[in-house]
Amino acid sequence: MRISPVKIISLLFFVFSGFYLYYAHQIRVFSFDEDAPFNAKTFPIYLGYAGLFFSGLYIVLPERKPSNVNLTVLDYKKTITLVVLMIIYGVTILKAGYFLSTSLFLILSYITLGEKRWFWVFTLSFPFVAFFMFLLHGLLDIYLRDPFLKYLGIIG
Amino acid sequence: MIEGILIGLNTALSLKNILMVMIGCFAGTIIGMLPGLGPMTAIALMIPITYGFEPSTGLILMAGVYYGAVFGGSTSSILINAPGVPGTVATSFDGYPMAQQGKAGKALAIAAYSSFAGGTIAAIFLLFAAPSLSKVSLAFRSPDYFGLMILGLTAVSAFSAKGHFLKAMMMVVLGLMLASVGQDTLSDIPRFVFNNMNLADGISFVLVVMATFAMSEALTIIFKGSDPTQAAKQISLSKLGSIRLDKDETKKMVTTIPRSSIIGFIIGVLPGAGSTIASFLAYGMERNFVKDEEKQKFGKGSVNGLAAPETANNAACSGSFVPLLTLGIPGSGTTAVMLGALLGFGIQPGPRLYQTNPEIFWSVIMSMYIGMVILLILNLPLIPYIARILAVPRAFLIPLILFFSVTGIYLMSFNNFDIYLMIGIAVVATILRLYEFPMPPLILAFVLGGLMEENLRRSLLISDGSWAFLWDRPLTLCIMVTIVLIVVWQIYNSYFKKK
Repeated sequence: MRISPVKIISLLFFVFSGFYLYYAHQIRVFSFDEDAPFNAKTFPIYLGYAGLFFSGLYIVLPERKPSNVNLTVLDYKKTITLVVLMIIYGVTILKAGYFLSTSLFLILSYITLGEKRWFWVFTLSFPFVAFFMFLLHGLLDIYLRDPFLKYLGIIG
Repeated sequence: MIEGILIGLNTALSLKNILMVMIGCFAGTIIGMLPGLGPMTAIALMIPITYGFEPSTGLILMAGVYYGAVFGGSTSSILINAPGVPGTVATSFDGYPMAQQGKAGKALAIAAYSSFAGGTIAAIFLLFAAPSLSKVSLAFRSPDYFGLMILGLTAVSAFSAKGHFLKAMMMVVLGLMLASVGQDTLSDIPRFVFNNMNLADGISFVLVVMATFAMSEALTIIFKGSDPTQAAKQISLSKLGSIRLDKDETKKMVTTIPRSSIIGFIIGVLPGAGSTIASFLAYGMERNFVKDEEKQKFGKGSVNGLAAPETANNAACSGSFVPLLTLGIPGSGTTAVMLGALLGFGIQPGPRLYQTNPEIFWSVIMSMYIGMVILLILNLPLIPYIARILAVPRAFLIPLILFFSVTGIYLMSFNNFDIYLMIGIAVVATILRLYEFPMPPLILAFVLGGLMEENLRRSLLISDGSWAFLWDRPLTLCIMVTIVLIVVWQIYNSYFKKK
């Protein structure tokens, strides 16, 4: 028997709603608010039940219009690489600074997606980010934290 | 009202704001041309930039992007039969056959003139409807607002994902759940924070929009292996031909535009319906109105068949601003993004916006008109050149979208946690998109979550915990009956109606 992926997603949402409802009940409210018609946990509790209701309904009712996705043609390698690159970008952005981490993220992403024109790979990374930083920092006066450029004495 | 219009004109016609409309229309056209990347992505990418501006300037920029994206969607519909946004699908029915007959320039001109006329007529309707509705909506009470919000969410779920009502409702609940993270607005009690200080203020609206639209759309393109820039490459190579219309064609448009504008505006005002339904309805209605001889041309390059959906589409865009500006309740995903941006500026749209911030209220309405003029005189002749700029390879486009998304969040919070959270939400959204879970209901619910809880709180406290507030007032009762009808109709349609 093949279980539809959407039913599995609905089941996961059902479980998630169950957890949400459990934590909604755990919200601590002020003692004088405990029996009030509405307190901090009232709305989340309703939401938890709504989540259980709609996901439960999807699990129980037959699927009239199933979503057909051919999983074999999806590009897992590039997608996962991009997600990993974004996570590394997130890790390094504060420590290495905006300029360096963004430029490296862009270069690695272009290469991941198969770009081999090195002139454009370079132009749309370091110079592009420098120009973008000038726009934000220099013209729009939007603060950008960059310890690397600060160390080099380029920005204050 | 005259004073308000003058204030609006004064703000909208400042050099800075005209420049913003131009940039917005231009950027929107570029993004709108890319199949898969719609107005919501375009607006989402603009939000971090707008935070450096005054609220009216920021909103004018976003409105320009909105119109530009709709126009861009029409261009790819007409030239290569690849609608950039669902609202322009009906445009391709007659626009593409015209382009195949060597009349691409004419088709683009008809689309541009119809959009201009539809948008202009709807902007005039908005000019009169919005202040009147603002006055009426002052009589609305918390139960009515609560009901209206549920109506908006139900309608968006029903219309944005045809045949996937339950999936859309799950997205609504997920959006509301995400909105409930952080301190309770009244008691400051932390909810779903799990001792993480980064969650104490809740999840940022920009983060959710960027993750569910810009980032997840970019990841979906890579995941599916599609290439949206292919469309732009084809456009830049296609020959447009003359953009001049003859007398007969103009005459046909003159009869089509007024009726399609009216239907487009009315549908746009209704919560959830939006430009897609407006364009299809106008197309169907026009087919019934024209003579038998013209009816035969529908689907084969009819002027009426192209003018009707284009007019209605743009009129619906203007119409969708009515509930946003007068009630503070967005009727569509796109206006929900705009509401989020307004809240970010510290402005609460609603009946009092008209009185408290007239410069914002009127300048947005005025800028719509200016946007239409700019689209007509600037974008139409520039289409092949815009497409040439756009024909950048996918390998550059996708990393740049991801970079703009991460930068947007980084600029707002300067912490890594928000970036990780955004990546997490984007990955989940990509999987959900793959299985046709619609994202607009999630965004609308996320934006309305706080307001909904606030109105439910007031209603329940006033009625001392009784749910009778849902049927005590005739207005609330009407809204609730409409909601029940939509739900029953959707469930009947999805599960019990014979195929």
